[in-house]
Amino acid sequence: MSGEIIEALERMELGPDAGAAGGPWRHWRLSRDEEGLAWLVADCADAVVNTLSGAVLEELDQALARIEQDAPKGVVLRSAKPAGFFAGADVSEFVGRRDAGEVEARLRRAHAVVDRLERLAAPTVAVIHGHALGGGLELALACRYRIAVGDAELGFPEIRLGLHPGLGGVARTLARVEPLQAMELMLKGKSARARKAKALGLVDAVTEERHVRAAVSAAVAGGLRASKADLKTRIQERVLSAAPARRLAADRMRAAADKQAPHEHYPAPYALIDLWEKHGDDLAALRRAEPASFARLLVTDTAQNLIGVFLLHEKLKRLTRTEGAARPVRRLHVVGAGTMGGDIAAWAAWRGLRTTLADPEPRAIAAAVKRAAELYPKLGRDMAKTRDALDRLIPDLKGLGAGQADLVIEAVPEKLDLKRRIYAEIEPRLRPHAVLATNTSSIPLEDLRAGLQRPDRLVGVHFFNPVSRMELVELVGDGGADGEALAVARGFLGVIGRLPAPVTSAPGFLVNRALTPYMLEALLLMQEGHAKETIDAAAERFGMPMGPVALADQVGLDVCIAVADSLRERLDRPLLEVPESARARVRAGALGRKSGRGLYVWKDGEPVKAKDFPAPPPEMVDRLILPMIDACLECLRKGVAPDEDVVDAAMVFGAGFAPFRGGPLRYARAAGPEQLRARLEALAEREGERFRPDPGWACLG
Amino acid sequence: MSRPVYIVDGARTPFIKARGAPGPFTPVDLAVQCGRPLLLRQGFPADAFDLVILGCVNVIAEETNPARVAALRLGMGEAMVAFTVQINCGSGMQAIDTAFHYIAQGRAELILAGGAEALSHAPLVLSDDAARWLARMGQARSPVERLKVAADFRPANFKPVIGLERGLTDPIVDLNMGQTAELVAHQFGVTRHAADVYAAESQRRLARAQAEGHFEGELEPAFTRAGAVLDHDDGVRPDTTPDRLAKLPAAFERPWGKVTAGNSSQITDGASWVILASEAAVQEHGLTPRAVIVDSAWAALDPRIMGLAPTLAASALLKRRGLGLGDVELWEINEAFAAQVLACLAAWRDADYCRRVLDLDGAAGEIDPERLNVDGGAIGLGHPVGASGNRIVLHLVNALRRLGLKRGLATECIGGGQAGAMLLEAV
Repeated sequence: MSGEIIEALERMELGPDAGAAGGPWRHWRLSRDEEGLAWLVADCADAVVNTLSGAVLEELDQALARIEQDAPKGVVLRSAKPAGFFAGADVSEFVGRRDAGEVEARLRRAHAVVDRLERLAAPTVAVIHGHALGGGLELALACRYRIAVGDAELGFPEIRLGLHPGLGGVARTLARVEPLQAMELMLKGKSARARKAKALGLVDAVTEERHVRAAVSAAVAGGLRASKADLKTRIQERVLSAAPARRLAADRMRAAADKQAPHEHYPAPYALIDLWEKHGDDLAALRRAEPASFARLLVTDTAQNLIGVFLLHEKLKRLTRTEGAARPVRRLHVVGAGTMGGDIAAWAAWRGLRTTLADPEPRAIAAAVKRAAELYPKLGRDMAKTRDALDRLIPDLKGLGAGQADLVIEAVPEKLDLKRRIYAEIEPRLRPHAVLATNTSSIPLEDLRAGLQRPDRLVGVHFFNPVSRMELVELVGDGGADGEALAVARGFLGVIGRLPAPVTSAPGFLVNRALTPYMLEALLLMQEGHAKETIDAAAERFGMPMGPVALADQVGLDVCIAVADSLRERLDRPLLEVPESARARVRAGALGRKSGRGLYVWKDGEPVKAKDFPAPPPEMVDRLILPMIDACLECLRKGVAPDEDVVDAAMVFGAGFAPFRGGPLRYARAAGPEQLRARLEALAEREGERFRPDPGWACLG
Repeated sequence: MSRPVYIVDGARTPFIKARGAPGPFTPVDLAVQCGRPLLLRQGFPADAFDLVILGCVNVIAEETNPARVAALRLGMGEAMVAFTVQINCGSGMQAIDTAFHYIAQGRAELILAGGAEALSHAPLVLSDDAARWLARMGQARSPVERLKVAADFRPANFKPVIGLERGLTDPIVDLNMGQTAELVAHQFGVTRHAADVYAAESQRRLARAQAEGHFEGELEPAFTRAGAVLDHDDGVRPDTTPDRLAKLPAAFERPWGKVTAGNSSQITDGASWVILASEAAVQEHGLTPRAVIVDSAWAALDPRIMGLAPTLAASALLKRRGLGLGDVELWEINEAFAAQVLACLAAWRDADYCRRVLDLDGAAGEIDPERLNVDGGAIGLGHPVGASGNRIVLHLVNALRRLGLKRGLATECIGGGQAGAMLLEAV
């Protein structure tokens, strides 16, 4: 009942034409209020968020022409989309661009429109709610004032697409924000929330929706104090206006960037640093240099692949939109408070779901609560949010929540009898519409369904470790799963911010199937006498964020061995045997990162690596990476994954496959499938049948 | 008067001894820890309640009106009216009593009534001098002004007053609670030895109750952010013997006092909830009543002898019902102090006292020790002030059912010179 009042309170101030249809444009509306202010409202047609496509910029140009004619007292630029201001450029327009000259020309035309906004005689005020990212932020920066509303989020994510801001954002940010902070904002690609944005100088005021009208009037009247840089900042700016000082700072930035994003694979940070080093004292020149630098980056393989990965991310996200076809999950029940079950429950509670966590052992639940209490403050520094999330994470020693839940996730140890017993106990208590899901990684769904009264209500939701960071979840269904149950699961994954990769029930599904030969080969290489740092380096140089040895420790040697054993049992092709030394480690309790030692010793969540180690021999990377790609093609051929996009997405988001390569199949296409296949044949001859290429290579043509 | 009022369920946290530093839970945290599992096991949604009433004495600043904060945190909905009650040690029972009257008069059908206390979070209080100094510093506008105020700083003024000590001292008669127990012990010739024997037996009963699972369903484990699971009342000392207790010094009136740390209730954190329902609510939600609340009474006397107040409240209650001591099959008398419980029993045996103070014809009689505090009490469990009154009612209900008995009475003395008493019948 308070809902209506709250809704009314949150309605956005959009000027006199709020929501009115009609008018000459599809993506913009222009109206004038009784004070003489022009309200330029962005409301991109057929979209949930505003993006800066060519069409949107074209219409903006026309709107600006009108404003120049009308000469209003001031101009308010704002978005009608509840989600935010602008999410950035229309990334789909970047796909497939290979002609830098053409890109630069288009970009200069876009600059002309944005410059026209900046040159308007009337004072311009951008009102930013929600997200203002990339090109959207660049548009706001071309206004004279920026007002952030509520918990707005501003940032430049271009670096994550292998680009840097190209619509004047580099120059305009440096004009307002202290150089080192400006560079950090653009190099890290992380957003700044409203208060931080104000401290940086990105916005001039932070207020609530209910004060937007007054704030806009104050800005137009000249009453907003532009943020003044403090003494230390001004000194710094003076110093850095000299080229030698900038060179020093730039070298330091390059060194820092190299640690996260090696130069040979990620050119964007270095291009941005170069821009600043060269033009930091002449922002007009810097602005003129932006399009060329941007265009050079856009046509690189890295940028095209990272854009591809971004679009894969969007594609999987769209799978979670069930359009009302599935009943939303409000209450979740998790059975099993181990590492996975406890963390799945903790994540769901954080995302707002009332979650009951059942386990016969109270100490397991207590440990899960502890992990949650340590995780939540890292996700949001708000004590009330942490408290509320912990209140939603409900210990349930008697498993009563199963009878109240919309979705039950079973995450108990990988024993068929145990799972069957639990299903038999739970199923009679389930609400008629409730869906049952299993986090199993190695037990076939068909075996789990036998014995259920309604086998169609069981699906697989295979999470990855750690749950709070790994976005991907393999959504396992096949002929046996009810479309409705899968839809409920997809909707649930959307609510908790996870990406579903639809796969069918096959040994190892997709990700474990592909990672296992990668990790087993690494163990063999260790047995052959290679240093683990060497082996990991070979994979890291290829672009894997984590080498196979560290990955095995991260996942847990016990889990890896269980998956490997189960794959060997069920697959009809040769797979390496798990070395006895690895089994011995598990027996001794050295399970990996979670035990503090496994193959590596782990300290503070990082593996302790030797400083000096031999360089990897050239053939090593093929032995590690090619079998991974081969496994992916096998899965594609067998229909475990429906298409190449799902394979690439799952491997990038679930296995951390080198993102700048776009995914294993995209990489294979680019590297030449015939070539790679031939290398596998050669390895099969030299090293063993396990390298024999799968018929699935034919899928790549 | 009125419609029958049923107790249908209840749960409490383990009672955790305060050990110097603030414990893992605030009062509302405690209420949430036992409220969650209690609500989880009901067959009706949390917003079906009409009202939430919570007793709490040491309310902390961040949890003003802890009843409402608890109700919201328990997911009972924005429309849930909730208020907090305080009658010192009687607060947890007052919550039940108020709920009882609201339902009996038809103002509500289903009420959640509880008590919560985190004595380990009792505030440190600044002296008035210190508070005034801080105010002046806050108002100083320039570095020079601030320097002036700083020159007046006196470290001694900042020694904090232990809020708990002040809370447990009666402001009218300037006696702490333990001293009131000394008074009533003296009045009725309760010896040090008798108090120690009672206390040791109380600890033994608590240990036995824990071992035999008598708190199953009543005590719900609590889970701390540090990863601990608290699953039993930790003040229990099963190895307590009268000989061991005899070695302890007097706690409140040295060196000859009879009241020691070992034969007094402990300083403790804990919470408890009880669900009360009308007949209509029982029907609508398919509930199974465990007991009906027959009647209640409150009484007051000189704060110096507050330990005897239970005799007033209980006897008034019984008289109104035409019952005698012997008609009650099971008793819960809160063990604020062993000597105080024994003083009450002695008072009921004293014909003179009963005639003059309780307006009876002669001695009220004996209470069979086997029918009193059968599973231990505050001596082993602790006395979280706002929660105890609620716990003894809840436990009385459960113990009546376990032992197959029908009529029970719960009563407790209240700091300030009062007592509450409640008469129940198992159904």
